[in-house]
Amino acid sequence: MTYGTEHVSVRFGNVQALDQVTVSTDAGTVTAVVGGDGAGKSTLLRTVVGRIAPAGGRVLAPPEQQIGYQPSVGGTWADLTVAQNLEFVGGTYGLQGSRLARRSEELIERAGLTAARDRLARDLSGGMRTKLGFCLAMVHEPTLLVLDEPSTGVDPVSRVELWRLLSEVAAAGTAVLLSTTYLDEAERASRVVVLKDGRTLLSGSPDEVIASSPGVVVRTDTAIRQGFAWRHADGFREWWPQVPDGQQPVQVDLEDVAIIASLIQHRSIE
Amino acid sequence: MTGPLIEAAGLTKRFGSALAVGDVSFAVHAGEVVGLLGANGAGKTTTIRMLLGLLAPTSGQARLLGGSPSQDNRALLGYVPQNLGLYHDLTAAENAAFSAAAYDTRPASLTGALAEVGDRLVRALPLGLQRQLAFVCALQHAPRALVLDEPTSGVEPLARAHLWDTIREQADDGVGVLVTTHYMQEARQCDRLLLMSRGRIVGEGSESDIVGDTRVVAVRSGSWQQAFDVLHGADLPVTLAGTTVRVVDADHDEVARMLADSGVQATVEPVPASIDERMVVLARS
Repeated sequence: MTYGTEHVSVRFGNVQALDQVTVSTDAGTVTAVVGGDGAGKSTLLRTVVGRIAPAGGRVLAPPEQQIGYQPSVGGTWADLTVAQNLEFVGGTYGLQGSRLARRSEELIERAGLTAARDRLARDLSGGMRTKLGFCLAMVHEPTLLVLDEPSTGVDPVSRVELWRLLSEVAAAGTAVLLSTTYLDEAERASRVVVLKDGRTLLSGSPDEVIASSPGVVVRTDTAIRQGFAWRHADGFREWWPQVPDGQQPVQVDLEDVAIIASLIQHRSIE
Repeated sequence: MTGPLIEAAGLTKRFGSALAVGDVSFAVHAGEVVGLLGANGAGKTTTIRMLLGLLAPTSGQARLLGGSPSQDNRALLGYVPQNLGLYHDLTAAENAAFSAAAYDTRPASLTGALAEVGDRLVRALPLGLQRQLAFVCALQHAPRALVLDEPTSGVEPLARAHLWDTIREQADDGVGVLVTTHYMQEARQCDRLLLMSRGRIVGEGSESDIVGDTRVVAVRSGSWQQAFDVLHGADLPVTLAGTTVRVVDADHDEVARMLADSGVQATVEPVPASIDERMVVLARS
C-alpha cells in the first residue's frame, strides 16, 4: 500500500502553509520529510494523519484505527509510568486483557525500556521518552506510522536505537513517514522530500535527489563566489554551473544538495 | 595572554555515589573550535556548568581566561545554552539591549532578517531567528571565549551553515570556542574533538582518532529485510543506511557465516565506522 499526499495545499488564514506538496511512503519503507523550523513538516504530517483538512489535493491514508502518530512534542503521559502509558493508549485503541499485556511487554522489551517500565514518563531521559512515544504510536500495530521529529534533541546512541526500532517495523511491512531537520538521517530513508516555506524543494530517493542536483561543487580554502559558498568540514564548498578550469568537483551529499537548492531558490526570488 | 582560554584540569564531580564527571582534562586555546561529543548523560553539560562556575567540582579545577570562574572573567565569555536563554516576553531588540546592559556594553544593531523583527516578542519568532538572536546576545560584548551547547539543533541546512560561518569567523578573530553537538556534520567543522562517555574523556583528536579501531561491516542484499532480521535476531547492534544493513563492532566472517547459514545471499564488507557508531560501541561495553 502507498500512503501520503498528492498536491496537497493547506492555508491558515492568509498563510499558505503547504503549496501542492506530494509525499508518499510504501509498506515496508521509510520516507523522510526534511526542512527547518517553519518549513511545513508538522503541517504535512498532521494532514496525512487527518488532523488538518487540506484546502486542495488528496490525502492517501488508511482508516484512523490503522494510523500510528507521534507528535513532535508530548504524546506521552507525564504522570503515568511507562507500562501505564502503554496500557492507557492501548486501551483507547480497544486493546485489552492479555492481548494488551503481551503487546505492551513486547514493545517495552524491544525498546529497551524493561528497567524503566515502572518509572513515570516525566522522569525519563529525552531518548527514553522518544522510544516510549514510538511504542505508543505502535501499540495497535498500525499499517502507517507517522513520527514528527522523533530524533530532535536525542543523542546519537538513542538515535541509532530509534533507527533500529524503525527499521524493524518497516522490515515487518509498516509504511513509515517521519520528519527530521537532519539530512544525514534522511539518507537512511528510501525516499526524501525536502520542504522549504511550504513548498517542495527536492524529492526522490536520496540517490536520485543527489544525482539531480544541478552544476558542480568544488572544495576550496577561500570562497570566491559570494552567495554560492558554504562551510563544510575544514574548508568551503562552492557551487558552479560548470566545472571551473583546473578544479576537481567533489562528491556531494544530501546536505550539500539541500543548501544548493536553497541558494538557487534565493537567487531566483531576488 | 598565551595560555588556554578555557581549561579543565582533573575536573571531577560526584552526585552522592554517582560519578558524573571523572578526571576530565582539556584546554581550549585562542582561535580554535573544540567539539565536545557524547551521548546524553555522558557528562557534557555537567562539565560545562563547572567550567562556567555554575557548579562546584568535587575535585580538580576549572579555569576561565587563566583564573577561577568568576563574575569578572565570565564577562569575557559568551554562552549560548541549549534552551537559548532568551526572555520570551521581551522583544528581540529588548533582549539584545538587556544582555548588552548586563555586560555593560552597547547593544549590537540587529541585521538581516532580525532587523525586521526587532519589535516582535521573542516567543513569536521562529526558532531559527531565536537562535540568531541568542548568538547576537552572546557575541555583542566581544567575548574572548565562547561556549555553545548544541547551537544549531532544529535549524535547516542553509541557516546552519550560516551559524557555522559566524562560529568560524569568531575563531578566525582569535576567540576560543567550545561547542557540544550530537551531529556529525557539525563535528567535522571543529578543529579538534573530545568524546565523553560515562563522565570520562574516552577519545580525543580528529574524527578518525575518535573512531579508532571500531569495526563496521556493511551488508548489501536484495533481501535486506531478511538480513536485518537474522543479524538483529542474533543480538548484534544493527542499523540501516538506506537499504544497507550496518553491523557495529562485528566480525566480518561471523556475519557472513550467519547470513549463509540462514540462506541469505549478501555481500559483506568492512567499512569505516562513524562517530555515532563508536558511541554505540561505548554504550554497549
